[in-house]
Amino acid sequence: MEMKTDSSQASQGGYLTSRLDEMIGWARKYSIFQYPFVTACCGMEYMSTACSHYDVDRFGAGLPRFSPRQSDVLFVVGTISHKMAPVLKMIYDQMADPKWVVAFGVCTCTGGFYDNYATVQGIDTLIPVDVYIPGCPPRPENVLDGLIKLQEKIQRQKQEV
Amino acid sequence: MPGLTDWLKERFPSDVLETHAAHGDETAVVTRASLPVIAAHVKQDPAFDMNVLVDITAVDGLTMKWNPRFEAVYHFLSTAQLHRLRLKVRVEEKDAVMPTLTGLWPIANWFEREVWDMFGIRFEGHPDLRRILMYEEFQGHPLRKDYPYNKRQPLIGPRN
Repeated sequence: MEMKTDSSQASQGGYLTSRLDEMIGWARKYSIFQYPFVTACCGMEYMSTACSHYDVDRFGAGLPRFSPRQSDVLFVVGTISHKMAPVLKMIYDQMADPKWVVAFGVCTCTGGFYDNYATVQGIDTLIPVDVYIPGCPPRPENVLDGLIKLQEKIQRQKQEV
Repeated sequence: MPGLTDWLKERFPSDVLETHAAHGDETAVVTRASLPVIAAHVKQDPAFDMNVLVDITAVDGLTMKWNPRFEAVYHFLSTAQLHRLRLKVRVEEKDAVMPTLTGLWPIANWFEREVWDMFGIRFEGHPDLRRILMYEEFQGHPLRKDYPYNKRQPLIGPRN
């Protein structure tokens, strides 16, 4: 982020608003409090990403919260069944804005190979998704790549305050 | 040395329809009416001593054109004698009811609910025969071969 100190430019309203947007985006993308909604084997890859070897804390996302009220990003990690779907929807609804959703692994992206009576065919049929991380399960590098893409998205978007 | 199924045939000659054994695991096909008596016998008789009911499941023989269509399968284990026994009962589609074993092994409660949920075989005398894996609103029994594999019954969504 570029910090401008020129007061004549700062006094123009439009310019100031876009700078505030940029600054809030910068603050938000480096303080991601995640809610890990872990239902299946992808959780092992999530743990691996979160621990010291891959160290998700380098990206400011090192503090998972286990209350949706305190979290910004919903990590849906693992297969979602139709029986679990209302729970996921409720967790999403309980999160305070601004909030983002990451679909972690192919089961959450599309249902994966579980084309059957029990499995939701992609969580985007239930809640809006910001970043899809494919893989069965995705490697930690892939997860970090998805996290960086989410940070770019947070930085670019209009910041609701 | 006579096997477990030979002893069963000796004690219940008219109720054991057929037997076979593979790799030391013995199976007996018995009549539905005799199941509670035979199950109680294999639990209480010291020669059998089946203290564990390992699993209850079922097979739908629709695509194999079985008549009767279903087979209920009971797996028993004796932890003292280290032997196993499998009992099978053939079940008609029109009359898909089995006697319950909840009085002998409490775990039968959940196994029988699972068989009811997945195959639609009812268990007479079961204290609480509800679905166990699927949700209450679910229609049909998903492990029946005539249940379409790609049929969806979502609780909420999908919107797109």
